[in-house]
Amino acid sequence: MTITATTTPIDDAEALRLRADFPLLGRQVHGEPLIYLDSGATSQKPRSVIDVERAYYEETNAAVHRGAHTLAGEATELFEAARERVARFVGAQSDEIVWTSNATEGINLIAYGISNASLGRGGEAAERFRIGPGDEIVTTELEHHANLVPWQELALRTGATLRVIGLTDDGRIDLDDAAAVIGERTRVVAVAHVSNVLGAVNPVSQLVALARAEGALVVLDACQSAPHLPLDLPALEVDFAVFSGHKMLAPTGIGVLYGRSELLNALPPFLTGGSMITTVGLTESEYLPAPLRFEAGTQRVSQAIALATAIDYLDAVGMDRIEAWEAELGLRLFEGLSGVEGVRILGPAPAAGVERVGLASFVVDGVHAHDVGQFLDDRGIAARVGHHCAQPVHRRFGVTATTRASAYLYNTTADIDAVVDAVAGVRSFFRVA
Amino acid sequence: MASRELETLYQQVILDHAKEKHGFGLREGSSGESHQVNPTCGDEVTLRVHRSADGRDPITVESISWEGQGCSISQASASVLADLVHELPEEDVRARVGAFRELMQSKGSLEGDEELLGDAVALGGVSRYVTRIKCAMLPWVALEHALAVR
Repeated sequence: MTITATTTPIDDAEALRLRADFPLLGRQVHGEPLIYLDSGATSQKPRSVIDVERAYYEETNAAVHRGAHTLAGEATELFEAARERVARFVGAQSDEIVWTSNATEGINLIAYGISNASLGRGGEAAERFRIGPGDEIVTTELEHHANLVPWQELALRTGATLRVIGLTDDGRIDLDDAAAVIGERTRVVAVAHVSNVLGAVNPVSQLVALARAEGALVVLDACQSAPHLPLDLPALEVDFAVFSGHKMLAPTGIGVLYGRSELLNALPPFLTGGSMITTVGLTESEYLPAPLRFEAGTQRVSQAIALATAIDYLDAVGMDRIEAWEAELGLRLFEGLSGVEGVRILGPAPAAGVERVGLASFVVDGVHAHDVGQFLDDRGIAARVGHHCAQPVHRRFGVTATTRASAYLYNTTADIDAVVDAVAGVRSFFRVA
Repeated sequence: MASRELETLYQQVILDHAKEKHGFGLREGSSGESHQVNPTCGDEVTLRVHRSADGRDPITVESISWEGQGCSISQASASVLADLVHELPEEDVRARVGAFRELMQSKGSLEGDEELLGDAVALGGVSRYVTRIKCAMLPWVALEHALAVR
């Protein structure tokens, strides 16, 4: 696919042309045209992605990395080409890309790899991963449950201590607290690139610097950045990163774990079984180098190929242009909602030094998020309600649930205006204003 | 502008109950308690069953008391439930829970027996919204569990 050379910004006309590539976005809800503002949860899929998955099953389907027949060879080539495509998207080498089911599995893979190393697996090479009592794992108060619960479990299994970096009252990672929490006992620092609730890009480079100074590993949850902004993982100097395909135009069931090559080749495997071995004895076995040592069992071939096609689509539009368009939509959303009486947005206001993506989570005074969401749904607007798999950050700001509108490349300023207009009608409908 | 469906979902009687919260405030002297959470939204309710202490046969539920927080559907549902459970044989309480569950699973095909369910029939509109049935059921499930604790 040729990369579009255009540098003109995305505008409403282009967003509408892009939207035409997404069959689902043409449907109606409750007799109203669908306004999809839940891409933070999962994105919709362009026709090219749907078509490539269908074509794979109609023309190529075979198990990969086994079998000598023509289909097996073709499927393996497509599968590995997809890995190369993902690697190029994030500035990595293809042997640094591990397929997972989703980002959650990726984080568990790292945590269980460390856990297995701590049990003595992986030999000398894995010694660098061993943790136990006295060691500390550090995460932050804004994390998605996927980047919190696996670390809680790792701490409980190994006797290490989990420590949490707090937030400032305006919803940013408190770097003073980070400097206090990250210390010589810190072995792992796990942080989101972009908060799925607060919508701000986190100060990854500062956190990496703090972690580096103590020799700690950095794990980046890139679920809300990979789909929305240009990502160069080696430049960020993180050790591991994860993201999910379904949030970036690809199908469900495919995720990516990035790890620096030397680390992946030292980390003991998580899931074991077929396809990840070299020699299998009756009581012990030897394993392939990364990335295949982490890919036990039959792989998600059609999904991986479809993710590569999704990335082709994103790159053809241009990640920098997508980032700029979503920043524009996000600012319009933030300002629009800020102007509605009784609405409070969680997260930092747009300002110098605060980079926000195209999402806002908010509370409507006197109306529960579920009721807000129902009212929006009645107008064909799909927004997320609840705790967005991030209960601690909601608790931090004194609420149990918020309504979240999250935009993507196919949204227009009219979509943003529609949700703001609808939110403005919520309190009178529920008789609280 | 809201659709007729939405107006049916959020009838005035529902919004009133969500505000007034009959039976709100846990009282002492219960013989069964249950705490239920809707993990998708974090809504929760704690509900207590207060049975008559005079050894009457059949066993009679004098009242329920509850606390919780959540959407207007879950709050209104707990409030109408508190109105329904007054000096009722335990068996009748169970029958009402059963009738309400049937109404919630009806996808809008049942109107609900007002004799049996009182203001709870106003929640019938919820059965058209598959994502909200859990909200309405939350206090009723809590009551079922509280009854089972003896």
